[in-house]
Amino acid sequence: MNLDFTVIPAYLDVVLLGAVWTIAITVAAALLSFVGGIIFAVVALYAPLVVRLPFRLFAWLFMGTPLLLQLFLIYFGLVQIGIDLPAFVAGVVGLGLHFAVYNSELIQTSILAVDRGQMEAARTLGLSRGQALRKVVIPQAVRDVIPPIGNNMIALLKDSALVSVIGVSELTLSAQLAIGRTYRPFEFYVLAAVVYYVINLGMEAVQRRIERRIAAAR
Amino acid sequence: MDFDLMLRVYPFFIEAAWITIQLSVLTTLLGLACGTLGAMARLSRLRIFRMIGAVYVSVFRGTPALIQLFILYFGGPQIGLQLDAFTAGVIGLGVNIGAYMTETMRGAIIAIDKGQTEAARTVGLSRFQTMRYVILPQAARLMIRPLGVNINALIKGTALVAAISVVELTYTAQRFIGSTYKPFEMFMISGALYMIIIYATGRGITWLDRKARIV
Repeated sequence: MNLDFTVIPAYLDVVLLGAVWTIAITVAAALLSFVGGIIFAVVALYAPLVVRLPFRLFAWLFMGTPLLLQLFLIYFGLVQIGIDLPAFVAGVVGLGLHFAVYNSELIQTSILAVDRGQMEAARTLGLSRGQALRKVVIPQAVRDVIPPIGNNMIALLKDSALVSVIGVSELTLSAQLAIGRTYRPFEFYVLAAVVYYVINLGMEAVQRRIERRIAAAR
Repeated sequence: MDFDLMLRVYPFFIEAAWITIQLSVLTTLLGLACGTLGAMARLSRLRIFRMIGAVYVSVFRGTPALIQLFILYFGGPQIGLQLDAFTAGVIGLGVNIGAYMTETMRGAIIAIDKGQTEAARTVGLSRFQTMRYVILPQAARLMIRPLGVNINALIKGTALVAAISVVELTYTAQRFIGSTYKPFEMFMISGALYMIIIYATGRGITWLDRKARIV
């Protein structure tokens, strides 16, 4: 047994700064995946076939391959075609797109589950199809799908650890930095795990609050 | 698209896919074992077991699998646990997915109508017999599909062991991206192989599910 947790305080600020970045990445990627999820869902359901088919292929590829592989593709692939994104942006785009595809599947089911009468009523009142979708159907669909999307966002937090591999200095990479200086992997990875766990508990608390408010609003 | 290059390097990816398959199979087996133990603990009559089960699920689902893997592989030697990368990968991923499988199995077991337990107990079966002969055979059928979802996630999750240098599909793709600067081509090869593995597994699950159905 060779453990010495007293090395932690000296690097606590480094690790906590990493945690701030992890939260920033998670929030940015969550927003992207939410907006992207709605757009993808509408495309998958209503776009003309020439758009829909390539899109289905894209979604299928994203759901059938590991996120880590996609991050490598985005980070190095964009460089190949001359776009040199900072690692942070590549990480947010990779995580955001990956989870947008998963969110889109949930939102599609939810849109289809909104009563047909809603669309019919909106059309009768003179709204165009696009207006009816935007103002009547999608708001209801999104409300119903918030709880499962919350679960996806908690998964996103944990998967944000993967962007350390492409060099984003978030929580995991910050822990690695401290390990590089101290040669104490056990202590700092456990510390990182604890911080992730606390952020995770925070997200679960927020999720419960939102779910309660949705239930109350219904 | 550089097809010449793709043809030259694909044998390396086939070899790597074989490692990914081995990882997936071993991880599934370990995950099922951990899931069974976990579900039994969470449904136990003894508070201490229920608590252990709840902590296991909460901790392993509440922290990134990558960090769990790093604690085991890089931190293990500090507590006298020296594992090679492949073994650490299987144990790390298996214990992690086991926490998800625990919840899947528990969900299927508690989905069985309470009347089944009551009836079995009334005709004189013990608690163990009720579980063994009445509840589990019914719950097992309900589990197949959701466990399939867990296994699908697990196969993609095996990519994480690239971070501890196990030469599987993602590591191989990463290495060839580094040496050829052709990320798209490398993604296509490894992506296709992942899709084949996942598709075949999905078909297997569907087959099992249909076979297990009563009607």
